Amino acid sequence: MSEWTFFAEHRAEIFGATLDHLALVVVAMAFAILIGVPLGMFIVHRPALRAIALGIASIFQTIPSLALFGFLIPIPFIGGIGKRTAIVALILYALLPILRNTFVGLTTIDPAVLESAEAMGMTPAQILFRVRFPLAMAFILAGIRTATIITIGVATIAAAIGAGGLGTFIFRGVALVSDSLILAGAIPAALLALLADFLLGLLERRLRVS
Amino acid sequence: MNTKLPLSSKKIIEFREVSFHINDILPRVVISDVSFSVSEGETVVLLGRSGSGKTTLLRLINGILLPSKGEVLVQERSTRDWDPIRLRRGIGYVIQDAGLFPHFTVAENIALVPSLEKWDSGRTAARVEEMLRLVGLEPGKFADRRPRALSGGQRQRVGVARALAADAPILLMDEPFGALDPVTRAELQREFSGLARRLGRTIVFVTHDLREALLLASRIILLESGRVVASTSPEEFLNHEHPEVRAFTACLDLAPGAPE
Repeated sequence: MSEWTFFAEHRAEIFGATLDHLALVVVAMAFAILIGVPLGMFIVHRPALRAIALGIASIFQTIPSLALFGFLIPIPFIGGIGKRTAIVALILYALLPILRNTFVGLTTIDPAVLESAEAMGMTPAQILFRVRFPLAMAFILAGIRTATIITIGVATIAAAIGAGGLGTFIFRGVALVSDSLILAGAIPAALLALLADFLLGLLERRLRVS
Repeated sequence: MNTKLPLSSKKIIEFREVSFHINDILPRVVISDVSFSVSEGETVVLLGRSGSGKTTLLRLINGILLPSKGEVLVQERSTRDWDPIRLRRGIGYVIQDAGLFPHFTVAENIALVPSLEKWDSGRTAARVEEMLRLVGLEPGKFADRRPRALSGGQRQRVGVARALAADAPILLMDEPFGALDPVTRAELQREFSGLARRLGRTIVFVTHDLREALLLASRIILLESGRVVASTSPEEFLNHEHPEVRAFTACLDLAPGAPE
């Protein structure tokens, strides 16, 4: 098959783009987790802020990804052409599943457990870190898993604003009407998503309690 | 029948004209003008129908709720003046579903308050083992299990062990045996009544089951719609004239086999 010879000939390039792609995803996910998890913890006891935070995160998800990349370009500091803008957009996309799952995980804990924690004289901070957080861990990880898979997919579009990664092959393939080029971007992206799903799924099962 | 005498007449818990209402959209009175006291070493059973305010009274004792009017005194200090964390560490608490932490082992659950109080590990481990034996669970077999690997009765035993672990002088129990099957419940009630007598702690026990009240109580306080309608010894309770008392004792007559 011609695809296979194409892949074999360009394996170094494909591998390099895969690493670029992975780097985009890892950096964006790291920031999304660092923002989403603490924010989810913060809104547990703050209903007004909760509506605002979840609302804003939902809005980002409804913006078509190509448009979001476009919107960010003219914004100073975070905008422009390249990786930085792409990472900002990816963070905004990944935020909702992480934030929502963190919040839901922390708030759907057996009321009897929370009641006895409070009655045994645990401080609010102890309840958050020693009871709510460990019990919500599997839930939070499920959110991270969903966000990672979304991010791997959306990151292919980041090539449109010059961020590199596997999307470069796809856009070039569309322009040149070359299936081989499209597949050279799409197959590694799909494999990355499957691999991430599998590994995070394993971790999630290990952390699940009861 | 329980004939335990209070160890001293020192009032360890006292309700002084306590009212509690919820300020929701529709203000609702939950407790109105309740006064009573509990002496050291007593086992007081709060008896009443669902919604009569029993659980609210317990939560007023450990400061989860503060009275809208009046004072609740624990060890002669108002719950308003206590640091709530300190207050609660000195009060054991057992609820219907035990409320064990599913991510902790049995031993870690029992060690909760000792660990919060920063006991050293040797003392804590010895205490956990002692508590497990006290509630009839073999430490070698149960210490490392998770709560989900226990039966309902075993979970409730661990709940009692956890509440007793830090030597709290007061024990609050909210229908602790309510969710168990009748055979297990009877077993735990019998064992617990023996345990309670041996330990000499002050116990406030909530139930809607008169038999349970008769078995455990040194005094029964009957609540109806947030008011105390009777406060008597178990013996006097059976002959009390109040209609709500009658309503409870009538159930006893209907049930086959009167209590011992």
